[in-house]
Amino acid sequence: MAGKTTLNNLPSGSFALVTEVLAEGLIRRRLLDLGLVPGTRVEVVRRSPAGDPTAFNIRGAIIALRKEVAGQVLVSPLGDEAAG
Amino acid sequence: MSTRTILGDLMEEAKNIVGPRQDQVRDSVVKSIFQAAENIAGEVVSCSSPGRANWDRKIDNIITSPVWGFPSMFGLLAVVFWVTLSGANVPSAILAEGLFWIEDRLTDLFAALHAPAWLHGFLVLGVYRSLAWVVSVMLPPMAIFFPLFTLLEDSGYLPRVAFNLDRFFKKAGAHGKQALTMSMGFGCNAAGVVACRIIESPRERLIATLTNNFVPCNGRFPTLIALATIFVGGSVAVFPGSAMATLAVAGLVVFGIAVTLLVSWVLSRTLLRGEPSSFTLEMPPYRKPQVGRVIVRSVLDRTMFVLARAAVVAAPAGGFIWLLANARIGGTSALAIIAGWLDPLAGCMGLDGFILLAFILGLPANEIVLPILIMGYVCGGAMTELNSLADLRQLLVDRHGWTWLTALCTMLFSLCHWPCGTTLLTIYKEQRNWRWTVAAALIPTAVGVVVCMVVNNLVRTLDWV
Amino acid sequence: MGLTYQSTGKLATREIFNVPASIRQPVVALAGNPNTGKSTVFNALTGLRQHTGNWPGKTVLQAKGSYIHDGRKYTLVDLPGTYSLLANSVEEEVARDFICFARPDATVTVVDATCLERNLNLVLQVMEITDKVIVCVNLIDEARRKNIRIDSDKLSERLGVPVVTTAARSGEGLSRLLDVISDVVFGRVQPKPRLVRYTPEVEEAIARLEPGIRALVGGEINARWVALRLLDGDIKLGHSLEIFCNRREPVRAAREVLV
Repeated sequence: MAGKTTLNNLPSGSFALVTEVLAEGLIRRRLLDLGLVPGTRVEVVRRSPAGDPTAFNIRGAIIALRKEVAGQVLVSPLGDEAAG
Repeated sequence: MSTRTILGDLMEEAKNIVGPRQDQVRDSVVKSIFQAAENIAGEVVSCSSPGRANWDRKIDNIITSPVWGFPSMFGLLAVVFWVTLSGANVPSAILAEGLFWIEDRLTDLFAALHAPAWLHGFLVLGVYRSLAWVVSVMLPPMAIFFPLFTLLEDSGYLPRVAFNLDRFFKKAGAHGKQALTMSMGFGCNAAGVVACRIIESPRERLIATLTNNFVPCNGRFPTLIALATIFVGGSVAVFPGSAMATLAVAGLVVFGIAVTLLVSWVLSRTLLRGEPSSFTLEMPPYRKPQVGRVIVRSVLDRTMFVLARAAVVAAPAGGFIWLLANARIGGTSALAIIAGWLDPLAGCMGLDGFILLAFILGLPANEIVLPILIMGYVCGGAMTELNSLADLRQLLVDRHGWTWLTALCTMLFSLCHWPCGTTLLTIYKEQRNWRWTVAAALIPTAVGVVVCMVVNNLVRTLDWV
Repeated sequence: MGLTYQSTGKLATREIFNVPASIRQPVVALAGNPNTGKSTVFNALTGLRQHTGNWPGKTVLQAKGSYIHDGRKYTLVDLPGTYSLLANSVEEEVARDFICFARPDATVTVVDATCLERNLNLVLQVMEITDKVIVCVNLIDEARRKNIRIDSDKLSERLGVPVVTTAARSGEGLSRLLDVISDVVFGRVQPKPRLVRYTPEVEEAIARLEPGIRALVGGEINARWVALRLLDGDIKLGHSLEIFCNRREPVRAAREVLV
């Protein structure tokens, strides 16, 4: 397993486990409500053609987050074998 | 003890129990709920096979692809306009013919009843004729455009547009969902303003509200389409003609989007300063729209709603214009006198007094701007019946000296001027603030005046006309 | 600025949805995540033609309609679509306050069968506020197409509330949904929600606050849930509660005079 990084640094098609949400206040609440609690598996689905935001598969829904927001979610990347 | 003090004590106690660990409590609560949901779902949901091919992703691979994302968006926009434009011509002409046939019969009826000329003029040439114009010019494009748009809306395409465009909105200090409210604005700006509620941050919601008018609503499309067809498409053969007209309209829409972004940018750096708020956008799965129902509902609900509103406004306005056109002061009609006052300003903007007056009198509903203009032009003289766009072209170009520059400035001003009365009222209802409502009228008007003046003077200086 | 609801500080009781407080007919609320076909269910039941687009947040205007089942008229309120009820947005606040303070006779929570896990999050939160919950697993046709199977009996057992599977677009399961709603409204079926158990620390804190809250709000509002909200530092709920408690007394007095 690779070291910790943030959600916005992952390439499209990769998977990761949420380890911590760094955001505070309302953004934090929103992210939690979307299901980004520690232990959640997230798939990076695609990036907007303009480069930002990025769409993630979070608990079965495709949610787009801007990089400033995704950058406040700590994750540990999963290898491909864990993806299936 | 009062409720307030008991509650206050309870909240105090809760605070003491939690202490400084507020975030941890929230985390723990939310995590427990999600874990419970995960466990239950794990027990009751089974997926027998990997499932059918994931169509959503395949569609998104094209629609949001780095290569095809933007061309496909522009292409789809153009296709929608082209279908609307080319599909609306024939039914429009048939409707006009039918409705003006009825006008002739009405005239016969008034003559048979020996009704006074002013009554006939007011009711038939004023009220009825403007109604007929609104119906024949607006109904066909709406009946095509609304179902098409509703299909896009129901399929789940609009959130993808927001996804593609969000970065530009972010740069402009605005919210990505503004792309959604703009899309709704194509149907009706008042609906677009109401849709701004989906933007949670008040600052960004206000930006979206103030700039919604820069997307041409359905009331303005007929004007744009008619002028584009006459002045861009008219000079070329039929097929490439309508394609050129489509491109012109699509180009204007893109210009409107650019203005939206620019004005949003300025607003977010001046009047409405602040950090862009967090943006989360769900991209729902595509759903196959129920085509039959969409067509029926969008024609019956949306089309008829907008048409009825236009008719309600157009009928009295038609009568009023007829009065203005026929009230003679020293041999000239009141309409011509007012138009004369407006001429100097309008001239700077590449318009003439009648055009500007039509926009002003069209405040209740943008749909009636073109009919008012026509009434203004034909008033007093022999009443021309306008059964086709060719007649309109003759009226504008041969009798009133329009050039392509006049048409362009009129289209630009149609795109950038005050929102219609209904939209302004909606803005007031949503914002509960007169100042912002006035700003919503002044900002696009200022932009429109400046754009028209710049274009007009630039083209004239360069001697292109 | 913002929704009038917010600026006037009104309580989301039945009045803000134009449901008169004195209404005799049963009031049923429709809750659910955005894009679960909630509005389609609403239209199918009420015969109204509110347009249902496929983009998040389209139900910005709360809709109210009615239908007749077994000769009795029901009022149906379409709440804004939300992911949760933690009051992070005006929509969530409206939905939550309606369920809590307007106390509908049944709350149907519409969930997307193709995405059950995410939707259960809301169901579990609704169940904390009210017992009278029915889960409507919608879009079951789409789930079938995607080879997703849902054991609705087991789901019902795990949640402790009735579960109905529907495909609102084609009308599948809707008559059963109506039957179940009337069963719950008239007490023939009494849901016993199995609530989420929190960590020992949180449970302990809830237990400490609950008695005081129960003394204040009585049996009309779920004290456990209020305790949880206060622990979460939910000041807005505190305000709503205050309005509720202050208003309850005169209403009760008026009712006694009338009866």
